[in-house]
Amino acid sequence: MSDTHSQANQSIHYVAQSMLPEQPAPLSTSGPVAWMRENLFANWRDTILTVIFGAAILAIIVNLLPWLFLDAVFYADDIRQCRELGEGACFAVVTSRFDQLIFGFYPGHLYWRPILTFVLMLLAFAPVLHDNLPRKLLWFTAVFPLLAYWLLWGGSIWGPILIVAMVAVCFVVFRLLVTAINPTLSALATFVVAVAWLMFVQGPWTDGLSAIANVGLEPVESAKFGGFLITFVIGVTGIVGSLPLGILLALGRKSDMPVVKMICVGFIEFIRGVPLITLLFVASTLLNYFLPPGTSFDLILRVLIMVTLFASAYMAEVIRGGLAALPRGQYEAADALGLNYWQGTQLIILPQALKISIPGIVNTFIGLFKDTTLVSIVGILDPIGIMQPIRSTSEWNGIIWELPIFIGLVFFVACFVMSRYSMYFERKLDTGHRS
Amino acid sequence: MKTKLLTMALGAAAFAGVSTAASAATLDDVKAKGFLQCGVSTGVPGFAFTDDNGDWQGFDPAICRAVAAAVFGDPTAVKFTPTTGKTRFTALASGEVDMLARNTTETFSRDVDLKFSFAPVNYYDGQGFMVRKDLGVDSAKSLDGATICIQTGTTTELNLADYFRANNMNYEPVPIETNAEAQEKYLANACDVYTTDASGLAATRAAFENAADHVILPEIISKEPLAPLVRHGDDQWFDIVKWTVNALITAEEKGVTGANADDMAANSNDPEVRRLLGSEGELGAMFGLEANWALNAIKAGGNYGEIFARYIGEETPVGLARGLNALYTDGGLLYSAPFR
Repeated sequence: MSDTHSQANQSIHYVAQSMLPEQPAPLSTSGPVAWMRENLFANWRDTILTVIFGAAILAIIVNLLPWLFLDAVFYADDIRQCRELGEGACFAVVTSRFDQLIFGFYPGHLYWRPILTFVLMLLAFAPVLHDNLPRKLLWFTAVFPLLAYWLLWGGSIWGPILIVAMVAVCFVVFRLLVTAINPTLSALATFVVAVAWLMFVQGPWTDGLSAIANVGLEPVESAKFGGFLITFVIGVTGIVGSLPLGILLALGRKSDMPVVKMICVGFIEFIRGVPLITLLFVASTLLNYFLPPGTSFDLILRVLIMVTLFASAYMAEVIRGGLAALPRGQYEAADALGLNYWQGTQLIILPQALKISIPGIVNTFIGLFKDTTLVSIVGILDPIGIMQPIRSTSEWNGIIWELPIFIGLVFFVACFVMSRYSMYFERKLDTGHRS
Repeated sequence: MKTKLLTMALGAAAFAGVSTAASAATLDDVKAKGFLQCGVSTGVPGFAFTDDNGDWQGFDPAICRAVAAAVFGDPTAVKFTPTTGKTRFTALASGEVDMLARNTTETFSRDVDLKFSFAPVNYYDGQGFMVRKDLGVDSAKSLDGATICIQTGTTTELNLADYFRANNMNYEPVPIETNAEAQEKYLANACDVYTTDASGLAATRAAFENAADHVILPEIISKEPLAPLVRHGDDQWFDIVKWTVNALITAEEKGVTGANADDMAANSNDPEVRRLLGSEGELGAMFGLEANWALNAIKAGGNYGEIFARYIGEETPVGLARGLNALYTDGGLLYSAPFR
């Protein structure tokens, strides 16, 4: 190249001897001006629409901004003082009842327990969400649910410890049996052991051990839970519980065993055919008739179970979509390698199916998180539910928009984080198998 | 087959649950638990709300505290279950709560068909109308053609339809769900009139920035006697709730207040006061309580008049006048049967 150039240099004088330096593109084809010209003012129709919507946005900002921020009152004793202090929104209700909106009626001197649980929850999720963290953290993730239960509700430490013991016993039983008899039967036997443990060992031993060494936290009853604490308890339990249940249901629905298949299809179709509100009413009112009086089967626990079952049915269908999207060859390859059903599912089928299902799974998570507000209808004081008693006080009667705005903001942040994370996760797992 | 068996088992369990819930001696259960489980509303200005500490306060919780004090001698031996309009009756019928004190109107079908016993009425309410002053309306009779904000699925909706039909008038309903929504709609001029129970109207109006620009019309178009209630089938427990309310009313009539109750018990010469406060006679023992049950109930939050004044009276932002809820000696309807 340079050779030719140098030769040409000698004979042809009017050819440029070197490249001109690069110049920035003209202002009319790059930068904000070009962007605006291309996207906002490309032709007269676009221009008209831009002007109309621009004016509308400007009007909203001009009208809302003073109310929302400039004239808003953030600290006041009651709504009357609020009105004296400023024309705008009275966010003083949020600051003055902040504790109730976050923790409900949880005892003030124990706020450190939900806060600690929240921090530990982030720690427990970390190894699941980021694969570059040490795998040993997964052990912490496994015990976290019991730890969280103990921290939030308090009581004797022996209950959660005995549950850990039960899991260990079940694991040993399963391991011993699985080599001797077939996996399905040993799973059944393990289940029987677990039920027997819960019925005959858990209660008496907890009492007995507590009598010997009374280690525990001050108990907090469920009625004290409220605000965003309840949203997170229900939302996170539903999310964590519905994924494994949903996977099992989806696999069961595709199973060749008619009884398993029938039970799974029946369960999924029943739950999907009934509105969540109905299930919550069943949990809050109908179950009381079924249970003998005096058995106080905690309302929050009942709602937790219903929400988890509800979400797992939807989750099962999302995952079934992922399973159905896998080419048949993948199943056949698993068989050809001599893997049995569980090995094949675990090593070949599920990793691919779950990857395909991520947008749907996160969609279900976000929906579930927002659906938790429905519990206000059965008298649980979640953020939406707790608005009413706050508005009914003589201090804050007359407040309308401020509480929903605050609650909406918190929900938006939580759901937006989930949605962003799922997009990052999808990009990371993208192995280029796009058709 | 499996599901059929399950259904039958559940059905049988349901029957067993209902029958035992109805026949158990509530007082024994409550004493064994060590606290009273009381159903309240999820929030009505002045009647039930939570204070800064998260404790339930208001006219209705005060009744619960009085009953707890009568049973245990301790007004704090009570736990509150917030119930919505939809869950309140099942919560009571299933035994989840021992009593309801929750702005509930006593009606024939709730008593007879739903099988609840209503204690004496603790607040006589009625449906009223609120309009903006600049409309120049001074009677509900001249509301022909008005747009009216009305809560859906309530007795107020039916009362409104009845009233307008009886008076040969038309109206345009604007359906709303909650009181807060009604305030917003009414203030935004989405409706000319807001109708609900008069106590609710007064509380709503009191919360307005310019309360003087709005008037509550004189017509009251329905009867809404609000009373605490318990399940049918346990007369002893019903008597306790009923006579606790009566004790608070009688205490006001006789001038017994939370502050002077102890003094009156020791020094009063009025035989009925002495019987009421347990200085004489065996009234408490007749339904399984201590002799000083009423004394404790009155000391919990004062007599009826004091409770009224503290939460919903004219000195409070809710600002309700006694009106029908004055003692019969002052021209109201409160009239307790004698303690004898």
